[in-house]
Amino acid sequence: MDENLNSGSIPYVSEASVSVEIETEDMTLNIGPQHPSTHGVLRLVAKVDGEKISSVEPVLGYMHRGYEKLAEVRTYPQITTLVNRIDWVSGFANEIPFIAATEKLMEIEAPERAKHIRLILTEMARIASHFVFNGAYALEIGALTPIFLAMEDRERILDLIESVTGGRFHPNFNRIGGIKPAAGSGPTTKKNIQDLPAGFYQDTRDAMEKVLEAVERMENLVGGNEVFKIRTKGVGIISKELAEEYGVSGPILRASGVKFDLRSQTDFLPYDKFDYDIPIGENGDCYDRWYVRLMEMKESAKIILQAIDSMPSGPLQTKVPKVIKVPKGQSYVRTENPKGEMGYYVISEGGLGPYRLKVRTPSFSNISILPVLLEGQLLPDLIAIMGSLDFVLGDVDR
Amino acid sequence: MIDGSQVLVTAGIILAFALNGAVIFTILDVKGASWMQRRPGPLHVGLRGFIFPLAEIIKFFQKEDITPTNVDSAVFKWAPAYVLASVFGLFVVVPISPTLVGSDLDLGVFYLLAISSLSTLGVLTAGWSSANKYSLMGGIRAAGQLIAYELPLILAVVGVVIQAETMSLVGIVEKQIEFGLPFVLSGQGLAFLIFMVAATAEMMRVPFDMPIGESELVSGFLTEYSGVRFLIFYIAEYMNMFVLCAVASTLFLGGYHVPLLPTEWVNFYGPVVLLTKTVLLGFILVLVRWSFPRFREDQLQNLAWKVLIPLSLLNILITSIMKVVF
Repeated sequence: MDENLNSGSIPYVSEASVSVEIETEDMTLNIGPQHPSTHGVLRLVAKVDGEKISSVEPVLGYMHRGYEKLAEVRTYPQITTLVNRIDWVSGFANEIPFIAATEKLMEIEAPERAKHIRLILTEMARIASHFVFNGAYALEIGALTPIFLAMEDRERILDLIESVTGGRFHPNFNRIGGIKPAAGSGPTTKKNIQDLPAGFYQDTRDAMEKVLEAVERMENLVGGNEVFKIRTKGVGIISKELAEEYGVSGPILRASGVKFDLRSQTDFLPYDKFDYDIPIGENGDCYDRWYVRLMEMKESAKIILQAIDSMPSGPLQTKVPKVIKVPKGQSYVRTENPKGEMGYYVISEGGLGPYRLKVRTPSFSNISILPVLLEGQLLPDLIAIMGSLDFVLGDVDR
Repeated sequence: MIDGSQVLVTAGIILAFALNGAVIFTILDVKGASWMQRRPGPLHVGLRGFIFPLAEIIKFFQKEDITPTNVDSAVFKWAPAYVLASVFGLFVVVPISPTLVGSDLDLGVFYLLAISSLSTLGVLTAGWSSANKYSLMGGIRAAGQLIAYELPLILAVVGVVIQAETMSLVGIVEKQIEFGLPFVLSGQGLAFLIFMVAATAEMMRVPFDMPIGESELVSGFLTEYSGVRFLIFYIAEYMNMFVLCAVASTLFLGGYHVPLLPTEWVNFYGPVVLLTKTVLLGFILVLVRWSFPRFREDQLQNLAWKVLIPLSLLNILITSIMKVVF
C-alpha cells in the first residue's frame, strides 16, 4: 500500500464506498489445510474483500509422502503398493501406467485376458472415483443427501473390485507382465489357476445396471435441482484456450469442449475393441464438469459390459524372470485416469529398482489453474469451483 | 393483575412447550434425514433411538466449554443466551388454545416480528466476538440475511393482519374459525409461501444456511463454540424452527382449530391440533433441508428483493382490494 502512495498511483478503493472514499484493506483468509471442503490438506491463502476474492495462492505439500523418492529404494514389484496410494480414490487406475512403463522397458506384453481384466478394473475405479466426486460435489454445494446415495452405490463397485483383487482401495493387483491370480479363487498351482471369482460376470452385470440407475437418479436429484443449476451454471468457466494453456486434463478439459481422451490412444489396454462415446461439455463451467463426469460413468459401465461379454481366455501372466531386472533405458507412459492424464516416467539403470521415477499426476496440473480461475469470484463460488476440479491431495502432493 | 406465581407457572408451561418442541423437531430432523438418506440413523439410545436428543444433551454437558484466548469474552459467553432468550420470547404469544397462551397481546403479531429479528443480533455478536474470520463472515452473512428476509416476512404477515383486522394471534385464529376456512385457503396462499421461505431463511436452514455454511465457512458463527454454549445454539435453532412453524400454522392454517370440530372443546384438542400442524410444516422443512443445495449469498438477496418483496406487496394490494370490495 505504501508503495502505491509513494508512486502517486490511486490506492485501491472498495466498491462499497458511496460518497466517502473508504479505503479498505483486504483480509487474508486461510482456507485450509484443515477445512471441510479442501479434500484433505490443501491450503489456499485467499485475499478477500468481504466475500469477493482478489487473489488466491495455493500452498501445497501438506500431504507430501515422498513416493517418487521411496520408489528409488524399492524393487519394481514393490512399487505397485506405493503407486496405488497416490490417488486413493481410484487406486487401481494408478497402477496401470507404472506397470505399462515398466513392461515397455522390458519389452514384454501382458496376455489379452490380463489386459481385459485390467481394463475392467480401471473402468470400475473410474466409476468409483466419479461416484465420490458426485457425492462430494453436491455436499460442497450444500446438498447433504447425495453423498450417502453415492457412497452406497460406490460400495457395490468396491465390492466387485474386492472380490477380484482382495483390496477395496489399494488392490495391488498388477504384476509386471500380467495380473495376480484373484483372491479367494483357490490354490494357485500351475494347473489350477482361476482368475476371476465365481459369479463375477453376473455380479458385474447387476452392478452396472445399478450404476446406470444411480446415474439417472443423480441426474434427477442433483442436476434437476434449480438451486444446483444456478450455483454451478456459468460459474468458473474455463475456456478451451485457457484449459489448453494450463495443461488441465481429463473431464475438466473435456468439459471445456476439447475432445481429448487418452483411452483411445493406448495400446496396452484394449480400448479400441469397444465402442463408447467421449462426452464433452460446451461451456466449461462447473455444471459441465459435473455433467461430463456423470456421463463418463455411463460410458464406463458400457465399456465394462462389452468387456465381460468379449472376455478372451488364456493365461494371466507372460513369462517373466523370477527376479525382475529392468534393462537400462527410459520410458514414459501416460493414461487416462479418472482425474485426468497420469504419466509415469521411469529411468532404469538396469537394477532391481528404478533409478528415478517421476509421476505426472492429473490433480497437480489441474489445480494449477485455481489462481486464475478464482480471481474475482465470490467465496461460495471458490468452493464450487474447487470442488468441480475434483482433485485428491495425495494426487497433488504424491 | 398478574402475580408472581402466575408468571412462574406461565413461564414453566412455555419452557416445557418450547423444549419439547425443540426435542420433537430434533428427532424429526435427524430421523427424517436418515430416512431420506437410506440409513438407519440413531438406533441405540432407547426406543429405537427416538430419545437420542436426551443423550445428546448429556453429551454436550460433559464436554469442555472452550473459550479461545482472543475472544471478546463477555460478548462471546452471552451471545448464546441472547439467541435463546429471543427465540424463547416468541413462544409467549403463540396460542395453544384460546386460553392457554402466555400472553394474548393486542399487538401480538408486531411483538412476534420484532422479537424474531433480535436473535440475529445474538448471531452477529457471536460471530464478531469469536475472533475468527469464518465466524465473522458467518455473523455478517446472518445480518445481511436478516435485512433481506425480515421484510418479506413482515409484508407477508401484513396481508393476514389486513384480512383478520386484528394483530392479536388469538384474534386471528378466531377470525379463521369464524370464516370457516384457514387463511391459506382463503386468500393468503401466496403470503403463506412467502412466509415459509422467509422463515426458512430466518431459521438459517438449508437452502439458506449461508451463515453456518459448513462446506464454506466451517461452521460460521458456531465455529468457536463448544460444550454447553454450542448446545444452547443448537436448541435455540430447533426451538426457532418449532415456533416459526407454530406461528405459520397459527397465522395461516387455523392454529389450534380444525373445521368441523366443536369449538367449545377447543381447550382439549387445541394443543394436539396445533402440534400436528406444526410437525407437518416441520416435516416439509425437513424434506427441503435434505434435498436442496445452498444458495449463494447474492442469489439470496436477489430472491428476497426482486421476487419475494414485490410478491408480498402484490399480496397486500390484492388483499386490501378484496377487503374494500367485499
